[in-house]
Amino acid sequence: MLRFAGKRLLWALVTLWAIITITFIIMHSIPGDPFAREGKMPPAVYENLTKHYHLDEPLYVQYFLYIKSLLVFDFGPSLKSSTLTVNDYIEKGFPVSLHLGIQALLLAVVLGLIFGVIAALNRNKWPDYLSMVLAIIGISVPSFILATFLINYFAVEWGLLPAATWSSWSHTILPTISLAMLPMAYIARLMRSSMLEVLNQDFMLTAKSKGLNKGFIIMKYGVRNAILPVVSVLGILAANLVTGSFVVESIFGIPGVGELFVDGIFNRDYPVILGSTIFYSMVLIFLIFIVDIAYFWIDPRIKVAGEEQ
Amino acid sequence: MSKGNIVLTKEMFVPAEDNFLEAETISAPSVSYWRETWRRLKENKLALFGLIIIILLVLMAIVGPYINGYSYFEQDFSKKNQPPNSEHWFGTDTAGRDLFTRAWYGARISLFIGLMAALIDFVVGVIYGGISAIKGGRTDNIMMRIAEVLFSIPYLLMVILMMIILERGIWPIIVAMTITGWIPMARLVRGQVLQLKELEYVQAANAMGAGTFWTLAKHMVPNMMGPILVNITLTVPTAIFAEATLSFLGLGIPAPEASWGTMASDSLGSILIGNFYQLAIPALLISITMFAFNVFGDGLRDALDPKLKK
Repeated sequence: MLRFAGKRLLWALVTLWAIITITFIIMHSIPGDPFAREGKMPPAVYENLTKHYHLDEPLYVQYFLYIKSLLVFDFGPSLKSSTLTVNDYIEKGFPVSLHLGIQALLLAVVLGLIFGVIAALNRNKWPDYLSMVLAIIGISVPSFILATFLINYFAVEWGLLPAATWSSWSHTILPTISLAMLPMAYIARLMRSSMLEVLNQDFMLTAKSKGLNKGFIIMKYGVRNAILPVVSVLGILAANLVTGSFVVESIFGIPGVGELFVDGIFNRDYPVILGSTIFYSMVLIFLIFIVDIAYFWIDPRIKVAGEEQ
Repeated sequence: MSKGNIVLTKEMFVPAEDNFLEAETISAPSVSYWRETWRRLKENKLALFGLIIIILLVLMAIVGPYINGYSYFEQDFSKKNQPPNSEHWFGTDTAGRDLFTRAWYGARISLFIGLMAALIDFVVGVIYGGISAIKGGRTDNIMMRIAEVLFSIPYLLMVILMMIILERGIWPIIVAMTITGWIPMARLVRGQVLQLKELEYVQAANAMGAGTFWTLAKHMVPNMMGPILVNITLTVPTAIFAEATLSFLGLGIPAPEASWGTMASDSLGSILIGNFYQLAIPALLISITMFAFNVFGDGLRDALDPKLKK
């Protein structure tokens, strides 16, 4: 177990380093001067600015300085704000994004599992068709379209829910739905096929012939086995939520890290883009690491396969 | 029972027919791989429906922009924000451009981006995955580790980052999409090649002196076309989705060109003043296309591998 965790941790660090390096190279290969938009300034000021941001050093020195500051979780200054650093932005935005993300993930997992199980149990009957049609719609409709439709009907036409901003729980409902739809659809489809496979297994027949309660069999033998593939894709789904949150947060005007990232793109504020990308990657890699460990712990069969390697 | 009383006469016998051996053969004619797949695909009504939609969309992308005589960039400010009517079938946008023509012109660009991204993914994936599997050992290990690291960067995040440094346009979008988009294909090809390279006909080709790439292109790729085709079909909606998101972030196709993504994001401002149709048209087209490719891809996968669908 410890060996496995250590191996995964090392792998996570290598991945994180690769992402930092790639995004750093991408962000520094942009042609032009980051201060070009600031208008005319005295040469002394300009020189001080470049010196302050270490832009006069060669690229590899800048790279090592950046890595060094990342080691103490310092994401550097923002080019557009004189007082706020990228850290300030993230500290403000992350709790909001985390709240939205957890709420959406919970909704997606719970509803996705329910739809998937119902579909599998009623194979080729109407509940199956209904859940699968819902799932296909969920996969086919991009989140920004879903979000605008929801705003148009629930907020503008019917006036049931607030259209934007983030101040009370009712403000979180529409963004959560917009964000949760895609992962929910994936989970429902995955759960359906995995559940169908489990239902065909011999142990299900054995349990049935022992005269066990049907609901007990489904929960204890069916869902518990079928859920494993869903756990294994949770990392990918979290990545999906992150990229979905860029769009959803900026449509609903939610002050999270996603909106920060999108604003960074619009303002061409490269340290903010770089910082939020790396911050997101850290969160994602941490999540995938946790999921790997949890999977190892949930499914004892992995242990055997892992030791054989 | 005495045996003397059976009289055998000539009339009791008829000559055997020439084709008596055929009784031993299996009656159904041998069916090729693709014919068999098509037979199973036809039974899946949803997948067939998806295929019909895809064909219609492609046809409309070819002829649609010429049907009602407007061009996609022609502006007429006296006729802006018109709801769908007999003159402008899908209405006009905020600059008075005909939305019917723009919608099908956008179909052309969105489908082109989707198909081109899928095609490049296919070529790069076959080369990378093929080399990795054929070389094997250390090379395979290193190549797959590199792919794994790149794959752990969220796809859309990578596309957005690339678009920040690239210029805006169709080809930069395709480049940004394929920069890590080939990885799933490479993994798929690698898995297939690892299975195929043990088979007799590949060994026979090698024994006759065929080179690595010849064997890969001529003998292996045709035999893994099934799963590859499924992957291509499912890459197209991913690319269309990514293109729409890029346009929403202002990193998409520049005006006056149109893609469904730019049309949808351009119209976000107008829904608040009641021009909901301007969003609904591209939104419906994006959703229908994604739906069609998704159900067709799923159906194709089931048809190619009936074991999956017990």
